Amino acid sequence: MKETRVLMGMPITVLMVGPAANKVAIEKVFDYFKYVDETFSTYKDTSEITAINNGTLAQEKWSADMKLIFALSEKTKLETKGFFDIRTPGGKYDPSGIVKGWAIWKAAELLRKDGFKDFYIDAGGDIQPNGVNAEGKQWAIGIKNPWNEKENVKVVYVTDQGVATSGTYIRGFHIYDPKHGNRAIDEITSLTVIGPNVYEADRFATAAFAMGREAINFIEGLDGFEGYMIDKEKVATPTSGFETYTRPSITS
Amino acid sequence: MSNAKKYIIAGVLVVAVVIFIVFANSKSTPVAANTPSGGTDTSTTTDNTAPSVTPTSTAGAGTPPVTTTEATGASGYKDGTYTGPVENAVYGNIQVAVTISGGKITDVEVPVAPSGPGHTDQVTASAIPALKQEALVAQSANVNVVSGATQDSQAFQQSLAAALSQAS
Repeated sequence: MKETRVLMGMPITVLMVGPAANKVAIEKVFDYFKYVDETFSTYKDTSEITAINNGTLAQEKWSADMKLIFALSEKTKLETKGFFDIRTPGGKYDPSGIVKGWAIWKAAELLRKDGFKDFYIDAGGDIQPNGVNAEGKQWAIGIKNPWNEKENVKVVYVTDQGVATSGTYIRGFHIYDPKHGNRAIDEITSLTVIGPNVYEADRFATAAFAMGREAINFIEGLDGFEGYMIDKEKVATPTSGFETYTRPSITS
Repeated sequence: MSNAKKYIIAGVLVVAVVIFIVFANSKSTPVAANTPSGGTDTSTTTDNTAPSVTPTSTAGAGTPPVTTTEATGASGYKDGTYTGPVENAVYGNIQVAVTISGGKITDVEVPVAPSGPGHTDQVTASAIPALKQEALVAQSANVNVVSGATQDSQAFQQSLAAALSQAS
């Protein structure tokens, strides 16, 4: 069972394998994304984050999830030596770089708690897979060619590792380097990170992208993560263990 | 605020997050809270202070809200392919086409996309001596799903919303 809806400004796809897949489960996932959108969208007048940015919501009134996201953002900022920062050049908070992966991961948890084992959730190109695909094999995930959206430049095979890609080729230069006068990052075009889950992959893909070409070295230094970086000259640099994901392995 | 204060707040936050993660672990699926090498101090204490961050944002004009049309379900849309207008984004034009089958969204394409990052004239030296580089090679293997950069610019959302409204 597969369904795509537009929420949080992007297509979100849920695919569930097996006869147990049902509409109730899918609705639960989309309801969750709707809740995340209504809380964290900087585009919505009525969201909690907008109220915070407008100074109309006192800190003691923040929701538990909002406090958690701010805490996780601060933790990520420390772990990335300041390259991840939800505070934008304009002074407003935009936690979308961490909320997206976190929300996908939480939505996947909802499905797992209900006993579903084989599925994926894809929100705007960040993916949380689980188990195996309809053929009983690892999920095959393509990495898009930044210059040709119909082409994949790599295929990785995963069971439940999260895959997240940061890039400038669609949004324009939206990722800022907080360390250097907030100039927009334009050395690299695309950074794909494979991590233990999509929350981890997404926050580090977002943070590392702001490091320019050093991004891949940062991912190389993280235990349990692999990455694939593509620069403006169309040259790619994988981390040293990345290739192990490009070979499918036999699953029972 | 002073650097000392920053470190204290940061330390409190880290401790609070660790407590939360330990608490969450005790009742649900384990969280892989990977800490990179050279990472933060994660000693646990009995400090129950809630995470506190003092926002220092100034009031001012925010980003105007974007009307995001959300697919409402099985019978929400008429079958067909609908193309939104070409929207102008700072970095180029973008146009979105959405395909509806069985009343549901089955494909979202971008027939007009920004031309992509320009080609630099300078030859930039590789800053990664330890990792090998490679050229991009198109892969023909079948995939279940594709990972790529987020398409959530305002222009993308506007074109997509317009395409979906044609399907309603």
